[in-house]
Amino acid sequence: MMKKISYGLMYILAAVWTAPLVWTIWTAFRPKRLALSSSITFDFTLVNFTHVWSAAPFTTYYINTILIVAGIFAVQFLTASMAAFAFARIDFWGKNIVFLLFLAQIMIPADILIFPNYNVLRDLSLLDTKLGIMIPYFASAFGVFLLRQMFKTLPFELDEAARLEGCNLWQVLWKIYVPLARPAYISFGLVSVSYHWNNFLWPLIVTNSIENRPLTVGLAIFAQSFETGAQWSEVTAATIIVILPLLLGFMVFQRQFMNSFIHSGIK
Amino acid sequence: MGTAARRKALRMNAFAWLLLFPSLIFLLLFTLYPVFGSLKLSLYQADLGTPEPYFAGLDNYAAMAEDEVFWKVLTNNVWFAVGTVPTSIMISLLMAIFANKVMRAKGLVRTAFFYPTVIPMIAIGNIWLFIYTPDYGMVARVLEWFGLEGPNWLGTQSLVMIAMIIMVLWKEAGYFMVFFLAGLQNISEELYESAKVDGVPAWRVFWRITFPLLMPTTLFVSIIALTNSFKLVDHLWIMTKGGPENASNLLLYYIFETAFSFWDRGMASALTTVMIALLLLLAALQFFGFDRKIHYR
Repeated sequence: MMKKISYGLMYILAAVWTAPLVWTIWTAFRPKRLALSSSITFDFTLVNFTHVWSAAPFTTYYINTILIVAGIFAVQFLTASMAAFAFARIDFWGKNIVFLLFLAQIMIPADILIFPNYNVLRDLSLLDTKLGIMIPYFASAFGVFLLRQMFKTLPFELDEAARLEGCNLWQVLWKIYVPLARPAYISFGLVSVSYHWNNFLWPLIVTNSIENRPLTVGLAIFAQSFETGAQWSEVTAATIIVILPLLLGFMVFQRQFMNSFIHSGIK
Repeated sequence: MGTAARRKALRMNAFAWLLLFPSLIFLLLFTLYPVFGSLKLSLYQADLGTPEPYFAGLDNYAAMAEDEVFWKVLTNNVWFAVGTVPTSIMISLLMAIFANKVMRAKGLVRTAFFYPTVIPMIAIGNIWLFIYTPDYGMVARVLEWFGLEGPNWLGTQSLVMIAMIIMVLWKEAGYFMVFFLAGLQNISEELYESAKVDGVPAWRVFWRITFPLLMPTTLFVSIIALTNSFKLVDHLWIMTKGGPENASNLLLYYIFETAFSFWDRGMASALTTVMIALLLLLAALQFFGFDRKIHYR
């Protein structure tokens, strides 16, 4: 009996959790004149979306976000694979100190260094560029630790065999370790992509022009251009435009997403 | 050591440092240098009124100690942490226990709890701005069914923080749930079976088996939740701008305002330094205090 009641309550909690999303979708697809009415009718329209798409340069924002997210992960893929391999397989002088430096990035994330990093960017003349949005994230301690863990589980005989075949260490990394560590790369990629797709404060500070703004900044500026509450239909439609790709990706690859985010807690 | 061996060691060292070189450049430029840069600039008077910054010792810190807004945002941050950390842990633990056992619609339940994790904070701000809108928002509508008139959540100083905390709980609980789900799967089924054979009531099973064995996960999640309470500020930009009267303002958002609205570079650096110190304190707490109780794979 108790069990049934508590299960019932948890199903209700799950329903409550989905309510904000359902309500957002509901509002976005309803004609504007009904946005503020509480009546439940089944009018359906796409007008809000076409309106949003023509009112603000969301195509540019989309391209920018995709370029930024892909650019960051492409560079992280290289830097993190290399560093992780050094940590996992080579004994070198100063290993502990370098390790501490990587730890420092996890303890003091770039998110809170917005002001000093802005100064660095200004000195490099990278303000208001896509590269400027990306560059503080090119080294990823999270990625390095994740890949290092994975590399360490690979049997050492593998590289010995490869060495006998005439591979040098550089080739061992790219031909053996990277392909075998695929699950770790998927986790790394999902966490990195969702993080940077959603990042807001840093691109807001760095960018100044439409050509470089990502979706999150575009959405915020679009929403702020209205009086509060006056344009719910448009703002909910714009919100859906921004969150849809990740949300769909998550729905399809639910298990991979959840497993990946477990690693994102690594300290 | 023979020359050949030494040469080999040298070669391996060079190779390792070459592998690390790209990462190190970016770490030096965007982690190490900014930390020391903030420390240095925090000792300078550098605002719009001083075209040529000059060394001012600890003046910025003295001004900070006198600054009511600084103490306000710091207390807000403490309340924000108090409001989000223990509650999100309780809710996410409940979610995990349920999502672990439930038979019907297992995937759907997990999706329902977890999906806010992949939505950007700025979009969440938009959505919840509408939820909290007086008269027309979702909360106001629900209260209306019960014949109640809801307050102006975001416009009232005493309510705005609670409203933010509820929103962040919604955002984070599902994320923390996956850690507890992983933790639950590590507890051996035999323990539960023998408890069942002995007829131990469910709540005692929870307090004697589940809760103690999940302790490492709980501590681990609390650290993430605590760090997040310093990092999550995007929603403020869209919802309240820290208002009314700084009632919802947080330290990181205050740094943002000081740097990019007031252009007080010295003070922004001093505030950043305080933030760094707080985060290092958290890290120290984790390494020296909790770490022995947290097991890693």
